[in-house]
Amino acid sequence: MMQPAIQVREASKIYQSARGRTVSLDRVSLDVAQGEFITLVGPSGCGKSTLLNLVGGLLMPTAGEVLVDGRPVTGPGPDRGVIFQQYALFPWLTAQQNVEFGLRLQGLGRRERAERARHYLRLVGLQDFGQALPRELSGGMKQRCAIARAYAVNPSLLLMDEPFGALDALTRVQMQDELLATWQQERKTVMFITHDVDEAVYLAGRVVVMSPRPGRISEIIDVPLPYPRNDEIRLSAEFARIRAQVWRGVHHRDESPAVLAAQPLQTVSTGDNR
Amino acid sequence: MADVGVHARSTPAHGVAPEAADGPKREPGMLGLYLTTLALGLGLWAFAAARSGNSLLPGPIQVAQAGWQLIADGTLLEHTLASLGRVVAGFLLGVGLAIPAGFLMGWYRLARGLVEPWVQFLRTVPPLALIPLVIVFLGIGEDAKIFVIFLAAFLACVLATFQGVRNVDNTLINAARVLGAGDFTIFSRVVVPASTPFIFVGMRVALGSAWATLVASELIAAPTGLGRMMQMSAQFLYTDRIIVGIITIGALGFAMDRLLLMAERRLTAWQEVRS
Repeated sequence: MMQPAIQVREASKIYQSARGRTVSLDRVSLDVAQGEFITLVGPSGCGKSTLLNLVGGLLMPTAGEVLVDGRPVTGPGPDRGVIFQQYALFPWLTAQQNVEFGLRLQGLGRRERAERARHYLRLVGLQDFGQALPRELSGGMKQRCAIARAYAVNPSLLLMDEPFGALDALTRVQMQDELLATWQQERKTVMFITHDVDEAVYLAGRVVVMSPRPGRISEIIDVPLPYPRNDEIRLSAEFARIRAQVWRGVHHRDESPAVLAAQPLQTVSTGDNR
Repeated sequence: MADVGVHARSTPAHGVAPEAADGPKREPGMLGLYLTTLALGLGLWAFAAARSGNSLLPGPIQVAQAGWQLIADGTLLEHTLASLGRVVAGFLLGVGLAIPAGFLMGWYRLARGLVEPWVQFLRTVPPLALIPLVIVFLGIGEDAKIFVIFLAAFLACVLATFQGVRNVDNTLINAARVLGAGDFTIFSRVVVPASTPFIFVGMRVALGSAWATLVASELIAAPTGLGRMMQMSAQFLYTDRIIVGIITIGALGFAMDRLLLMAERRLTAWQEVRS
């Protein structure tokens, strides 16, 4: 069996403060396969961003461990691209220079950098905006530029923290299709946070539903819809069925377990392959 | 776009990209207003001087004559160069030390803990209050004046730089880290550019403090300088010469501030919001 891209083992993140301790993440286990597209949904405070930051190496677990490609995560690195909700483009650099930022750190020569940056700007449809500063780009364009920047350093893993959360609904749908198109051209393992149930189902091969206080995975729902996805799939009965299932998982988690058990679910329990 | 309503009157550049391109929009017709208010001010001054009949209140023409005389005999140039040299030296030293110190304070807990209390304390002491002590130790020569100006400029700029570093968006730092940047790269390629706008604000405040301190220090004791020139003129009741000094200081300060502003606009044109 191929090694999972991400292995989270009983990871907890606890914050101590003067007012007491907050359990942001409580003994969460999760495996993500190579090339899988997985979405995390849940109300705020469920620890989904914490989980993503543990994988990204921007946070360290209080207990448990996180492995990427079999190696424990000790900090951030260019093998794991992160895309932030606030775009996080460097405002003093042009789109092209932003994409080149990581390439320069890898020691690539000027010409190769420029070429690769242009390739990825083209991939996200920004080929005509290489010389634009971030303030001249719309929200959607900024996020596409950030995606190009993350892709350019060729990470094996993409971690996306509500990347489309600040976009309007129409742009958001368009960005979802573009992201899937990019993903199918250059396949990476993707961990994608959202609180939009439609978005979670449309993008994912599996939807991880999380619940707050303490942050835990409450269920994992398979999305057996084929890629490439399109409007037909988005409007299909199967999509609606899965969407309803995720919706219930997110919004009615306090109902008796019998309600969930009554559904013909393919629920994968957490930490299943030990 | 949100700014259509606000700027509806202005700008041919609007069609393409609302906030794009060449920095802040200059509203048309402002130059005319500036010239008008200048003329009004001069007129009012001339009127007041003529009405008062007090020979100690010179009109604009008398001041211009005095100015021309001071220019012609080289006095003004001599004093101006002396003052300018002190301001530039003190300002450059102060800012040159304040920027690295501010970066250190913003970046390292240790530096912050060791330096910030002193800066915060000295900041509340006007540099002028140090002059008597400085004169005792450094005399009334150039060193003393440059030192006081240096201190004024340093204190104004160091806190602004420090604030700039503290205000760098953490997401940008994280974005650099996940792209593989180490501490040095984050510092030089994220923290430095991100805090430039703050540093410029600090430099402009520092320039103002430098001039304020300079004149005061020259009023107390100096062989040359605009402050000295004004002080001497006062002893002979040459009020027109005093006004020439005031105008010269104002014009020089204004010109240097504009230079800084131009540099700022060039270097921080990337900023999202400016008005």
